[in-house]
Amino acid sequence: MNYSLRNLNMSNLWHLTKASLTSGLIALTISDRYACYSPVQGLSMFPTFNSDNTTFLGYSIIGNMLISHFDPDDHVLVEKFCLEKYKFSHGDVVVFRSPSNYKEIHIKRLVALPGDMVNIPHSFDRVKIPKGHCWVEGDNSDCSLDSRSYGPIPLGLLQGRVTYVVWPPWRISEVEKKVSKGRLLHY
Amino acid sequence: MSGLRFRFLQFPWKTITKDAFDGTMTVAKFLLVFHVSDTYICTPTVTYGASMLPTINSTGDLLLADRLSARFGRIRRGDIIIARSPENPRKIVTKRVMGMEGDQVTFLVDPGNINSCKSVTVPKGHVWIQGDNTYVSNDSRKYGAIPYGLIEGKAFFRVWPLENFGSLSPGSHP
Repeated sequence: MNYSLRNLNMSNLWHLTKASLTSGLIALTISDRYACYSPVQGLSMFPTFNSDNTTFLGYSIIGNMLISHFDPDDHVLVEKFCLEKYKFSHGDVVVFRSPSNYKEIHIKRLVALPGDMVNIPHSFDRVKIPKGHCWVEGDNSDCSLDSRSYGPIPLGLLQGRVTYVVWPPWRISEVEKKVSKGRLLHY
Repeated sequence: MSGLRFRFLQFPWKTITKDAFDGTMTVAKFLLVFHVSDTYICTPTVTYGASMLPTINSTGDLLLADRLSARFGRIRRGDIIIARSPENPRKIVTKRVMGMEGDQVTFLVDPGNINSCKSVTVPKGHVWIQGDNTYVSNDSRKYGAIPYGLIEGKAFFRVWPLENFGSLSPGSHP
């Protein structure tokens, strides 16, 4: 009796391990190849993401309510199908590894693609994007570290395209493409 | 007619469906394990071209590249790496790391001319990569230092051709 019970436990444990291992593998594969979920930190994309992120002494103000210990970050869905052929278009919000630190992942808006000429704001300079590179900028140009400081980045650093805001529930929406006029000169 | 129906019902549909399902699951699990080990542990790569000539043949060597050392920042000077080309993100290039961030790198702009020396400092978070065959290689001398994030893995073992089977020692090039 005792023996058979122990045997049963062992086989249950084995099944549980196998199931969790398999689901882990499935989750990893999906997040690598198709889509993944990630939080957005910081205010560099301000009107698009984290727009009700007004933290004050650990409290968040949402509408008129003051909520404590609330995680105000937006969470987004990042799709990876575009990495198959590196097909991106102007105005996409993209996720990429920082060119100065490979461990940091940044979210910015794609302004220009290879071959475009970009006007730099507040100056008369123009930059020609070399082949295989792109120009990224945050929506909140006052507090964003982007291509205006480090120049065009290789397309190979891109890790995916942001398509939806999925959390918090009242902010669920599609992320729109936005092309600012007058920045690009096509040749 | 009723005989045919009887035989249809007698056919072991249940066993066949179960077998087919089990077979599909086995294949799917194999693909999953393959994908995860390929992206996180170790990946095979075939190299073409003459840019790494004394070390790697130009006729297509099969190398094994490990992903872990790139992920955990263990790439050192002299390692052979595979990286995404900054000029074409769909192309993977095999080169040797010549300088890490902060290093002063001196190189010849024109390999035929010994006086065309140039010296640059590798910026933060970047690496300087060059092919061993300086005459035909298209590398950092043309497009500058590349971000570390483009590195996909470190080549450490040669599988094919069989006469060169064995590990690629780092810094074996003079």
